[in-house]
Amino acid sequence: MKQIVVISGKGGTGKTSIVSALSSIGPKKVIADCDVDAADLHLILKPTIIDEHDFISGERPSIDLDICTQCGMCVEHCKYGAISDEFKIMLEKCEGCGVCSFVCPVGAVSEEPRNCGKWFKSSTRFGTLIHAALGIGEENSGKLVTTVRTASADAGVEEEAELVLVDGSPGIGCPVIASLTNADLAVFVAEPTITALHDLKRVYELTEHFKIPSTVIINKCGINSNQETEIKAFCQEKEISIAGELPYDLAFTKAQIAGLSVVEYDPEGLGAEMEVIWKELEKRLMA
Amino acid sequence: MQIAIASGKGGTGKTTIAVNIASFIDSLGVKVSFTDCDVEEPNAHLFLNPAIKKEMNEHIPVPKVNEDACIGETCKKCIELCRFKSLIWMIDSVMVFSELCHGCGLCELACPTDAIGKGERMIGTTSQGKSGNIDFTKGLLRIGEAMSPPLIKAVKEISPKAEVNILDCPPGTSCPVVESIDGADFVVLVTEPTPFGLHDLDLAVQLLDTLGQPYGVIINRAGMGDDRVEKYLSDKNIKLLGSLPNNREAAIIYSDGGLLYDSIPGYKDELSKIWDSIQNIVNEVA
Repeated sequence: MKQIVVISGKGGTGKTSIVSALSSIGPKKVIADCDVDAADLHLILKPTIIDEHDFISGERPSIDLDICTQCGMCVEHCKYGAISDEFKIMLEKCEGCGVCSFVCPVGAVSEEPRNCGKWFKSSTRFGTLIHAALGIGEENSGKLVTTVRTASADAGVEEEAELVLVDGSPGIGCPVIASLTNADLAVFVAEPTITALHDLKRVYELTEHFKIPSTVIINKCGINSNQETEIKAFCQEKEISIAGELPYDLAFTKAQIAGLSVVEYDPEGLGAEMEVIWKELEKRLMA
Repeated sequence: MQIAIASGKGGTGKTTIAVNIASFIDSLGVKVSFTDCDVEEPNAHLFLNPAIKKEMNEHIPVPKVNEDACIGETCKKCIELCRFKSLIWMIDSVMVFSELCHGCGLCELACPTDAIGKGERMIGTTSQGKSGNIDFTKGLLRIGEAMSPPLIKAVKEISPKAEVNILDCPPGTSCPVVESIDGADFVVLVTEPTPFGLHDLDLAVQLLDTLGQPYGVIINRAGMGDDRVEKYLSDKNIKLLGSLPNNREAAIIYSDGGLLYDSIPGYKDELSKIWDSIQNIVNEVA
């Protein structure tokens, strides 16, 4: 079983549209949506939820104001500014480190396991989907991504799937690092813009740091040939292969509005091009 | 006045709108500072081309164990109490995994022999400079570093305060965004008229309702999709600040790092209207 993770550095380059297209072609697979902050893949895959799990991570402290003597030790020692002047804990800022309960001289701080969101195992028309929803303003998205990655790899083994296909999150921080765990191939989706090229270079450094082989899909070709040339020059310099180039085409947006993958929506056009790209990715996985 | 530009989804045009609003306000003679809080993928400098005058490495405190003072195996308080598993017992000493450390200081507080001192871990850099009259500040997270909020905090702290401070925020609805919009007088949410855009806008709206900060919405690339975002806004009674058109020429100018407000017809008028609305709302709240 192989694992492909689609990432981009910059958001909005078409990662989710491309993942939904790849979901509808290729071998038996398990699909994972690791953009737990702003998951969108389910809008196309329309999952039927089979299992739902709470995502518990860390502790949720609270201060009992009847016990609290307002000594201010907790406010003084909290490094995250998460305790208000009225001795209320602002959970959006709390890291659950436990300093407040440790320093409180009267035991006014109690802690409960923190429910930070949910994750799901679902069935879709393209295979099993593992996805999640981080609670609003919650932290630990990296840990939730790890939960999704582990569950998707487990489901892949259990179902004897040939492939785990992962929609990564934007950026280069905690969630992306977690998305890339055990990846056999990282697929960068880049558009020919100065910003996407900048972010591609950063995210490439990240995959190099973790020694993960990579390839590029250039999306929205035709808006800027100079930037396309720049991306290709960068790929050539770093010996990154280009798995495909897709034109700037409204079919992706129209497919999204119709709730379909572009392979279903436009099988003769972009859909056919996605089939070619899948063959290229397959070659790189076998290499 | 501190204005944060945010969006649930990446790629909706946050940076485009942030740099264009900043340049537009600057052209009106207002003193502007610009802070790029997207430290994972900062892009605003590609449009504003600031001359960087000062660059600094930023660190967070991590524990440093003084082995002579550590009483070792009979204690292990620091290891037991650390919630982030950044300290372990290895052979016969405490070993620190500084990459996992959140810098909370609990180990130091808990150590009965004061054996834990202050080390540091470099998390990235901050840079400051000028783009014309605009004070510019950005941060750049070190590759492999997972924690961006402390760097975002550092970027915001060093950023010079002007009459209007524009903050370009990272995408999403979790800790980096919460850190970025903390203290903003007004949050501009940028969305696009597509199902993905709407879904992620809704998450951002839920976040701002939780935090209780005033906000309004700009629809970018208006005309590329459908009208469900507009319906959502009117159903929820959320202020639509303005709509910027979907335009191939805009995509081309953007792709090379150009500014749109003075080259795309109608863009400046719409920005002017948006800027008036923001000022009115902030003045009403104040």
